[in-house]
Amino acid sequence: MSILVTPQTKILVQGITGDFGGRHAKLSLDYGTQVVAGVTPGKGGQFFEHAGHKVPIFNSVADAARETGATVSAIFVPPPFAGDAILEGVAAGLELAVAITEGIPVKDMIRVKRAMQGSRTRLVGPNCPGVVTPGTGEGSKGGCRIGIAPGYIHKKGRVGVVSRSGTLTYEAVFQLTSKGIGQSTCVGIGGDPVNGTSHLDVIKLFNDDPETVGVIMIGEIGGSAEVEAARWIREHCKKPVAGFIAGSTAPAGRRMGHAGAVIGGAEDTAAAKIAVFQECGIEVAATPSDMADALIRAAAQAGVKLS
Amino acid sequence: MNIHEFQAKALFERYGVPVPKGAAATTPEEFITALTRLPDGPTMVKSQIHAGGRGKGTFTDGFKGGVKFCPTKTEAKDLALKMLGNTLVTAQTGPAGRKVQTIYFTAASDIKKEYYLAILLDRATSRPVIVASTEGGVEIETVAHDSPEKIHKVHIDPAYGLADFQVRELVFKLGFNPAEAKNAAKLIRNLWTMYWETDAAMIEVNPLITTPTDEVLALDAKVSFDDNALYRHPTITALRDLNEEDPKEIEASKHSLSYIALDGNIACLVNGAGLAMSTMDIIKHYGGNPANFLDVGGGASKDQVVAAFKIILGDPNVKGIFVNIFGGIMDCNVIASGIVEAVKEVGLKLPLVVRLEGNNVAAGKATLAASGLALVSGDTMADAAQKIVKLVA
Repeated sequence: MSILVTPQTKILVQGITGDFGGRHAKLSLDYGTQVVAGVTPGKGGQFFEHAGHKVPIFNSVADAARETGATVSAIFVPPPFAGDAILEGVAAGLELAVAITEGIPVKDMIRVKRAMQGSRTRLVGPNCPGVVTPGTGEGSKGGCRIGIAPGYIHKKGRVGVVSRSGTLTYEAVFQLTSKGIGQSTCVGIGGDPVNGTSHLDVIKLFNDDPETVGVIMIGEIGGSAEVEAARWIREHCKKPVAGFIAGSTAPAGRRMGHAGAVIGGAEDTAAAKIAVFQECGIEVAATPSDMADALIRAAAQAGVKLS
Repeated sequence: MNIHEFQAKALFERYGVPVPKGAAATTPEEFITALTRLPDGPTMVKSQIHAGGRGKGTFTDGFKGGVKFCPTKTEAKDLALKMLGNTLVTAQTGPAGRKVQTIYFTAASDIKKEYYLAILLDRATSRPVIVASTEGGVEIETVAHDSPEKIHKVHIDPAYGLADFQVRELVFKLGFNPAEAKNAAKLIRNLWTMYWETDAAMIEVNPLITTPTDEVLALDAKVSFDDNALYRHPTITALRDLNEEDPKEIEASKHSLSYIALDGNIACLVNGAGLAMSTMDIIKHYGGNPANFLDVGGGASKDQVVAAFKIILGDPNVKGIFVNIFGGIMDCNVIASGIVEAVKEVGLKLPLVVRLEGNNVAAGKATLAASGLALVSGDTMADAAQKIVKLVA
């Protein structure tokens, strides 16, 4: 299995006629992902055509979901309209909305997140690379690729990856694949201060997924999401976890006032997060080159076979 | 985006948040007109730079204090002359300091008691939070550490906004007398309206004060805005002061590059913010010192790479360059060609280590090898980082 999406999951793309959305819809189609609908208000009835695929375009998410059975949306809508696009997916009752868009105003996300309370839709992102559940074909084709990650670096397997950063996720996935270790699902939760799905949410899903046997968790300075996840792992997670925190050398004091440090507490620096990881039994990667090896060490210690 | 205190206080006044009477000036001639707008008597002289710790700062010519109390307006004018054009170094500016280009004069207030008040995002709850304390005028981190019970937090439900009962509760907790409480409640509500309407990232008032006549005033103001929301606030965008920004960072943003100068000697050129941050980390891990953070973004064109090299080489401390690219969707060969052209165009003399990985990497490495340039290839991030650290040492 996998988490969040499977190769059978039907995807719609909000913003499919835009340059960014269109480019990545094509790459997802090439990967073998079930992209069954596009949404661009005013272009309903047209088609998005690529390499023999003819994807119908709808005026609304509700129409697209009803007509095609799509349950997941990939959102490539420009920032001023992206909050609205997410809520449209929520109103249509989608299972999952993955917001790729970078640069959504924080206030919009505060309101969207509040409006989503009690809804059935899960949000991943925004400002994230998306979700990949690798397939069994060449270069992991035949999987489900939502977003902008390079599909070919993946390999179907049993390790879960969760990260805020796109390129660091690719780095971790590439290290795993190079060592012959496949992935169950890779989730980029995004780097914005207000996002839908947290490290902890994803860790819980991996913990419950029988196919996932180990996890790489990648975090950054700022906030306390990684610390919260680490404490939960110590109490509840039975699977080996390796972690990396980026930003040990990031300059402090770039922010103008100090109130952020009060709210973030003392635990939003890289050093503090790494210390909590170690306390919680997470094998810490000393450098970003060490992420896959850190998981291999953790798995060996736990007696778990990763591949 | 950050703004100056005098700009923040103008916004405060527009939203009905009381501040001491003040006037800003950028030339000695303007000092006179600015001071005529203030009442006679004790006056504060405040250097306007985008950094905290001004009062305890020292100017590069040895003059101490970027914020000064003066018994008279004449003395205020004399002190302002010493600050204007002078460079102020504070705990937050770094050793280079910031040149003071604006002086803000305010009527000195009679202070009965100092408080702390801020509004910002609480990431843990994804809601705005008001942070307030009876311990104002000091570093709030110290208060949070030593006496956390003196910090009060009010989370705001974005669906309803700030509720009156929340304001009442907060005002009672802060122990205001009835007349002060009425003024404080109004100030807090107005400050919240400003935070929400202007897409502020943070508003910090330290200190907020009460006076012997029970007025409540914002004595200082630090305000920053969400860059992502500036497109819908043209009047706030107009408050941007490019003098406060690193010219290299401004140049970088013109090319859609994200650049932050640091004080090391190994320059980095990386795609992706997370990878860029951890590239700095790995340099440090192997005993080197990063000279900058530079994220060329997802699409790194040749022109961007050239621009990035030029910006990097504008820093005289740089002794070597580490290019770290994970070409996910991008073709590594296109990036390699960009690097070769950029190096030729800028006539690079410094050691250069390139770590290239991802899509079409074999062709990319071949292009680098065939270029005849004196660059060193790294296989992994760790390998490349060790090589550049050694070359620069």
